[in-house]
Amino acid sequence: MHAFLAPYIEPYLGAYLTTLIVVGIQALLIVVPVLIFMAYLTYAERKVLGAMQRRVGPNVVGPFGLFQPFADAIKMLTKETVIPAGASKFLFILAPMLTFSLAVIGWAVIPVNDGWSIANINVGVLYLFAVSSLGVYGVIIAGWASNSKYAFLGALRSAAQMVSYEVSMGFIIVTVLLCVGSLNLNDVVLAQKHIWFCIPLFPLMVIYFISVLAETNRSPFDIPEGESEIVAGFFVEYSSMSFALFFLGEYTNMILMSGLTTILFLGGWLPPFGIEPFTWIPGPIWFIAKICFVLFFFLWTRATFPRYRYDQLMRLGWKVFLPFSLVYLVLVAGVLMVMGWLPHVV
Amino acid sequence: MIAAAAFYVFAAILIVCAAMVVSARNPVHAVLFLILAFFNAAALFLLAGAEFLAMILVIVYVGAVAVLFLFVVMMLDINFTQLREGFQRYAPVGMAVGVVLLIELAGVMGSWKFAPEALNLRFAPNNAALHNTAQLGHLIYTDYVFLFQTSGLVLLVAMIGAIVLTLRDRDPNSAKASRRQNVAAQVARRKEDTLVLVDVEFGAKTQEFFKPLAPVLEKAGHGDHGHDHGHDDHAHGGH
Repeated sequence: MHAFLAPYIEPYLGAYLTTLIVVGIQALLIVVPVLIFMAYLTYAERKVLGAMQRRVGPNVVGPFGLFQPFADAIKMLTKETVIPAGASKFLFILAPMLTFSLAVIGWAVIPVNDGWSIANINVGVLYLFAVSSLGVYGVIIAGWASNSKYAFLGALRSAAQMVSYEVSMGFIIVTVLLCVGSLNLNDVVLAQKHIWFCIPLFPLMVIYFISVLAETNRSPFDIPEGESEIVAGFFVEYSSMSFALFFLGEYTNMILMSGLTTILFLGGWLPPFGIEPFTWIPGPIWFIAKICFVLFFFLWTRATFPRYRYDQLMRLGWKVFLPFSLVYLVLVAGVLMVMGWLPHVV
Repeated sequence: MIAAAAFYVFAAILIVCAAMVVSARNPVHAVLFLILAFFNAAALFLLAGAEFLAMILVIVYVGAVAVLFLFVVMMLDINFTQLREGFQRYAPVGMAVGVVLLIELAGVMGSWKFAPEALNLRFAPNNAALHNTAQLGHLIYTDYVFLFQTSGLVLLVAMIGAIVLTLRDRDPNSAKASRRQNVAAQVARRKEDTLVLVDVEFGAKTQEFFKPLAPVLEKAGHGDHGHDHGHDDHAHGGH
């Protein structure tokens, strides 16, 4: 992108400004499709849930209800923003902005095709892990700043939940990195050229996906929201656009984490088996298709499973996933060592 | 030039945040400033080319430690005025610690600055061919493996201590005893253990028919009451 644009604008604007403009355009090229994807994810969720519950789903606005997300957006924008009287005003407004921006900045390192990412950094996996572990702040700050019992309960629940599931996610990522020998997301995908990690590490992929459900507060781990227990949890006091930002953040985060699952286990942009009819389709399309495949599981679990109770959730995270991922990590390390498959031995 | 400007911006924000941590009236705001300070420290690490340390700082301190801090501070019922009272007394101690740290840092930095040969005294010089993640890995798991394992053991001891503190078994039947959930016992429960169906004649006194049942988990030797036994409530409903 830089090499393509630089000859035309660099003589007029100088090196710094050119870099700035190129990065700005790249950011737009990532963020706008992600937002459109996210808008249609909400539509897809309602359609899929509708189909699974033998309803029609949204079908009134536009053909097949396709304009429903835009109708929702206009509705959200035109509502009144209410800030509760006892709320900590600055933090109350900061929390949804934080949630949304954290969901978006993770996309900076996601490679859509070989080398197609805004920042191809050496510690891409750690960066994404850091960004996803920061997501809890939007929730805690919102819950505390609202000055409301339900919101606070939701915030406390999510703090405990997201911190617990991060631990096993970390071990799973370490296992994948052992097989790759690099923290660069591009290298992670290229290491799967011969076999996608979902085959040798299948149990880890299942656990990783379940942890992602907990990390993004999706059902059956949506106890921070828990409509039937604490109304809507941490965002009960939010209205209008500040509510919409939480909503956008949650769905963008879902797409981001599906993207990470795709990169870690499903071979990113690589076509399956790397053989003829599949290789005709370009990489980014494979990448998007795989993200959609993972996202469908998000919706499917939501339609299938009841909400976990709080103690069950903790038990699953600490007593099932953590020991399992630890043992699997040692096992994988042992196998790689014995068979001499460790990458990059210096 | 831009790197220098970025350094001064991050460093200035870091210092302001650190000052706010101590001086903020609201403890939650203080923790939030602490988080901002961690962030700026991570940015400084990035500028120094230590991207691994920067990310680990964000993941460990911001993503986990500070969350627990925030969690505790939000839950505690803190008397702010009482907290302020000790400030005069503790300020000199805090200042002394700060001054000692400053002198030590100046000593370290100064020796590098004024005596370039001091760099050669380092045990593990940089290997420029590797990323700093790989460098750290090569050092920690080879030359320093015993120190690394020892620090792990220290953490393990701390963890065991924390678990023992929360799991003190007092009298197992008292209300304060830690309640353990026996999932196998809960799953193995059958309808006959918990539920009695009674044909009640019209007009009969309910007391004669609803004999209180012993709670199931107590029968199985557990002190656990009323977590998820919806049926127990029905069985006890009569008395």
